[in-house]
Amino acid sequence: MTASVSSTAKSGEIPTTKRAEDRGEATKERLLTLLLSVGPLIAALLIASLILVLMGVDPLAYYGYIVKRGLLSPTGLQATLTGMGPMLLIAASLIVAFRAGIWNLGGDAQFLLGAVFVAASAPLLVQIMPVWAMLIISLAIGATIGAIWSIVPALLRAYQGVNEIITTMMMTFLGISFANVLVKLLFLDPATTVPQTRTLAVEDRLPRLFDTTVSSGVLIGLAAILIVHFIMARTSFGLKLRIVGANARAAIHAGLPVSALTVAVFAMSAGLSGLSGATAILGQYGNVRADWNPAYSLTIVPLVFLARFNGFATIAYVFFFSMLSIGSESAARRMGVPNYFTLVTMAVLLILLGITEMLDKRRRDRKGI
Amino acid sequence: MSLFTEAFMTALLVGAIAAGIPLLLAGLGEQLSEKAGVLNIGIEGMMLSGAYFGFLIAWKTDSALLGFLGGIGGGMIVAALMALLCVRLGLNQIVIGIALTLGAEGATALLHHVQFSQSYPRLSAPMVFSIPGLSQIPVLGTAFFSREPIVYLSLALVGVFAYLYRRTYWGIALQAAGDKPAALDSAGVNVMLIRSGAVLLTGGLVGLGGAFMAIVGAGIFVPFMTSGQGFIGIVLAMLARGQPIWVLGGAILFGACLSLTTALQVAGVDIPTDVIQMLPFAAVMLVLVFLGRKANLPSALGAAYVRGAR
Repeated sequence: MTASVSSTAKSGEIPTTKRAEDRGEATKERLLTLLLSVGPLIAALLIASLILVLMGVDPLAYYGYIVKRGLLSPTGLQATLTGMGPMLLIAASLIVAFRAGIWNLGGDAQFLLGAVFVAASAPLLVQIMPVWAMLIISLAIGATIGAIWSIVPALLRAYQGVNEIITTMMMTFLGISFANVLVKLLFLDPATTVPQTRTLAVEDRLPRLFDTTVSSGVLIGLAAILIVHFIMARTSFGLKLRIVGANARAAIHAGLPVSALTVAVFAMSAGLSGLSGATAILGQYGNVRADWNPAYSLTIVPLVFLARFNGFATIAYVFFFSMLSIGSESAARRMGVPNYFTLVTMAVLLILLGITEMLDKRRRDRKGI
Repeated sequence: MSLFTEAFMTALLVGAIAAGIPLLLAGLGEQLSEKAGVLNIGIEGMMLSGAYFGFLIAWKTDSALLGFLGGIGGGMIVAALMALLCVRLGLNQIVIGIALTLGAEGATALLHHVQFSQSYPRLSAPMVFSIPGLSQIPVLGTAFFSREPIVYLSLALVGVFAYLYRRTYWGIALQAAGDKPAALDSAGVNVMLIRSGAVLLTGGLVGLGGAFMAIVGAGIFVPFMTSGQGFIGIVLAMLARGQPIWVLGGAILFGACLSLTTALQVAGVDIPTDVIQMLPFAAVMLVLVFLGRKANLPSALGAAYVRGAR
């Protein structure tokens, strides 16, 4: 788009031939974009295949199995979609914070504590109120707990200038242990001997979509990421946040209430992480076991970066990541390739995506567009 | 109070040093990278790689010394990737840092799965070197002066780095690479070289910390054994505001809290591990709430240096 605008502006006198050329240019550009997004994926799979061959596993069979179980089989696809719900909410949480220049790396504890409080309260709430009311209140509980866990880092950052990378990481470590204390000592299900919370019955969970097993949590996730994308890209509130993120000092000079906006960003970001925890419990797990920590936040961080904080690109990356984790889980059981292998594939993919993005940027810089 | 018996204090301090040395090395390493302007999120991966290679070589050669060298090498392999990708090619430091951590977690766990998952071999305890005289002091003697030589070396590094940062040309160049790389470039110093060197040295330090965990601490390699200690190292470096001595203070505080559970068991007090594990983080948060000050980070931290770019 930008390419055609600038070139027609430069040579205004022969617009007709130029436009045809531009159209060719635009197609080329689009093809290149496609190549840039698919190329690293193929290269990463090739490198990972090499490792598989070294381990004595047939890579075609392995990846075929992952695609079959994560994408092509009905149960696998449904599990992939269900898994996307909490991940999309985490991604939305990170996009809000990162676009506003705030490094909320405390998502794991915000998620976990939201999940623990929801798992503790939902099975009791459902006894005194209809399911729909319980679900709404539980989602609110998750979001509130997540937000509460970020109050101290938010205030320290907003009014004392304390680096939020330190404080959110501290709160994450603190929160993970705290969640364990809660599960083991306070919210223990008296009916079981394993340390875990009470379990929310399957029929009381978030409704499933149509005739599938896909939890409607994925709709909450999609809605959240689209709303976040809209707010950040199209509203004045989002513009204010982006100004704070781009240059906090300039934002103060422009008369923006930077401290208040910072607190608002923390509340939104941590609230979304807490909501993600609630969705995971209400849609997928039903309870929290001791020492459970899926640590989504850290794995989603690079995905959000590679999507350049764009909501739509993030949805695509999260879909791919969810498919890979679901597929490799069953591949681990079937083919004896441990689940750790996914980590290696992810790492290679992230590095190659990073390199491609840099090459693309250099190409653009050379062309001056 | 009966809790503070000699046995309890000894167990606490011995444990504090054992748990604190990897944190100290991780913190010193991160501090070095950050001074040079590289926000090194990958140290968790470097530590794990160091732990794996340290263990592997110590087990193959039956020598703790070679094991430590292997750990340094293992950390440097990951660091070399980081230097290539983030310093030379200027990729996003957070994305690559997390990617390298994930990759090292996966790769070492896979290697462990292939080699050791059946046998789980164990290393014999490394040799202890008691300093004559000093090691006779009750409590402190056992904790500080009757240790493996690597402990003395790690503690000495605090002084070495403090001297390097303050008094040498190299220390000033390092600081400049993090604060105003363009100025350093104008002065005729190769920014890429300084930053790459700092990242590699960080890998060596952090890898040594990982090797310490595997060889001295556990005597065994377990997948994911660093369990977030690299991230604690990042926090220590940021809290220390550029001073190596504060990294040491923080590492001992965290180490003491991590070892408090064992020490309390020695004293016969039963407190859940999870509660104890909250202590160091709660302590740091309290300190920040009451003394909250800016972290004083280098101004070009996290930004790749591109020659001639504005």
